[in-house]
Amino acid sequence: MSETPAIEAVGLVKHYGKTKALNGLDLTVARGTVYGLLGPNGAGKTTAVRVLATLLRADGGQARVLGHDVRDEAAAVRRTIGLTGQYAALDEYLTGRSNLIMIGQLSRLTGRAAGRRADELLEQFDLTEAGSRAVKTYSGGMRRRLDLAASLIGHPAVLFLDEPTTGLDPSARALMWQIVRQLVADGTTLLLTTQYLDEADQLADRIAVIDGGQAIAEGTPTELKASMGSQRLLITLAEGSDAAAAAAALRPFTTRPVIPSAGDSLIEVPVTATDGLATEVVRALDAAGVKVNDIAVRSASLDDVFLTLTGHTAEEKTEENETQEVPA
Amino acid sequence: MTATTLAPADLTMDRSPFAQFLGDVWVLTRRSLARIRREPETLSDVTIQPVMFVLMFAYVFGGAIGIPGGGSYHSYLIGGMLGMSLAQTAPGTAVAVVTDMETGLIDRFRSLPMSRAAVLTARTFADLLTQVIGAAVVALVGVAIGWRISGGLGNAVEAFALALLFGYAFTWAGVCLGMVLRSAEVAQQAGFIIFLPLTFISSAFVPTQGMPGWLQPVAEWNPMSSLAAACRQLFGNPNPAAAVHAWPEQHPELAVVCWAVGMLVVFAPLAVHLYRTKTH
Repeated sequence: MSETPAIEAVGLVKHYGKTKALNGLDLTVARGTVYGLLGPNGAGKTTAVRVLATLLRADGGQARVLGHDVRDEAAAVRRTIGLTGQYAALDEYLTGRSNLIMIGQLSRLTGRAAGRRADELLEQFDLTEAGSRAVKTYSGGMRRRLDLAASLIGHPAVLFLDEPTTGLDPSARALMWQIVRQLVADGTTLLLTTQYLDEADQLADRIAVIDGGQAIAEGTPTELKASMGSQRLLITLAEGSDAAAAAAALRPFTTRPVIPSAGDSLIEVPVTATDGLATEVVRALDAAGVKVNDIAVRSASLDDVFLTLTGHTAEEKTEENETQEVPA
Repeated sequence: MTATTLAPADLTMDRSPFAQFLGDVWVLTRRSLARIRREPETLSDVTIQPVMFVLMFAYVFGGAIGIPGGGSYHSYLIGGMLGMSLAQTAPGTAVAVVTDMETGLIDRFRSLPMSRAAVLTARTFADLLTQVIGAAVVALVGVAIGWRISGGLGNAVEAFALALLFGYAFTWAGVCLGMVLRSAEVAQQAGFIIFLPLTFISSAFVPTQGMPGWLQPVAEWNPMSSLAAACRQLFGNPNPAAAVHAWPEQHPELAVVCWAVGMLVVFAPLAVHLYRTKTH
């Protein structure tokens, strides 16, 4: 495609004192797609969104939204974007409908058009009844929905969703996912940040895994899962079994080297689950003369992905970011 | 989804920047006023409080405070009370700004194709309207305790206009305070720490003549004293400051205008600058 990408960022850098929130982030998001920024707290996801949404000026690098430079053409960028932050940015004392109309008018809609869009959005987001109540009476899920509705009122071509489901219960989360999928069907380009692997997997066309302000892996969910393994195979060997032989027997099932751990009796391997995987693994181990006490398959968590990609867990990294200076 | 698309007629992109600014200010001022309609108790700062202060000063302290040159303390009090009730809305302004920062509403506004100066200007307009209410409350309770205007209607109108100009300048100081502070609690405390001495180390409630010599110049140059003296002079109320030789006491009206314009020139551009650049 020769079309200008919806979002294009090259080498974004942002410091907060000694901490580098962004450390050379590159991103390219094609129009009409959903792009997921996946990473733990403190990875730089929110900073990236704030730079792209013109709220924050990067210390280095360049970014364009629909061809407009976020620094030099901020006004043009603001005309094309919508932003839903981590916390519902609403006026607590206004009704849901008044909030939407206010944001609509400030998004350069006429009063009449803002009213019409407000009613449409309240209906779409199942808030028609709540629309005449003050926002402070809303539940967390209702706030998030109204917040999302507010960022859609001016029909933005590019929408930023910063952790849209963090803190929501499973049913509110499912409803948000459904809404996000509808948006994509409308042709909106979406940049979504999340701490949840399954959320990125469910919604995004492409994912960048962010760590220490950089993209450390990028690709479609299928590509990433293939390289990182979407599942983890946990094998407990019988006492006295040959761990090296077991590792050799497991090699065909995984794209990553097999590292025996925990006194050589427990082996954890990233795999992509297929039908009959466990059966085949046990057969292969048996053929290699390895005795197995226990075998389990579980879904990979964000921690697993980080461990696979970086050799440390997501949580450890967050602590490091706070206490340790990252050398330039 | 069956969303209708937006036609060019639904958009206001072709308006001039100034028309956009006015439109945005109007939308946001209405927002602040809607809050007052929903929760009228937010007006207690400019309704219940001034009534309490007027009554307490008039009937508790008033009898113990002598006015150099003579005159009724009740008549003396209102000129000072006007300044206090207007200036003390500034901490409320700061709290409102901090709250908008904390909830992320200001971030949302900053991501919209709207005027950069409108958010803060609307805040100050809404607060100016609450100050008009505050001034009216002080005047009414003043009349109830025996305060009268004897300097002519034109002068009285000028006094209220000066007081509101002064109060408006303070709202911009409040906006700046809100932009630099981190939480509503801190804003409230900072307001208390700044505005209480500002009000009390002045001739708002007591003549400066009774203060220790080292404190007198501070009180005489306090903008609050200038406003009180200007109002007293224009209302035709007892104004012992007229006997003080300090420049602001001799030219109270000019002093008020200088203070107000000076504060506006400093705080309004500073507030907009902070709004453009500041992120929490």
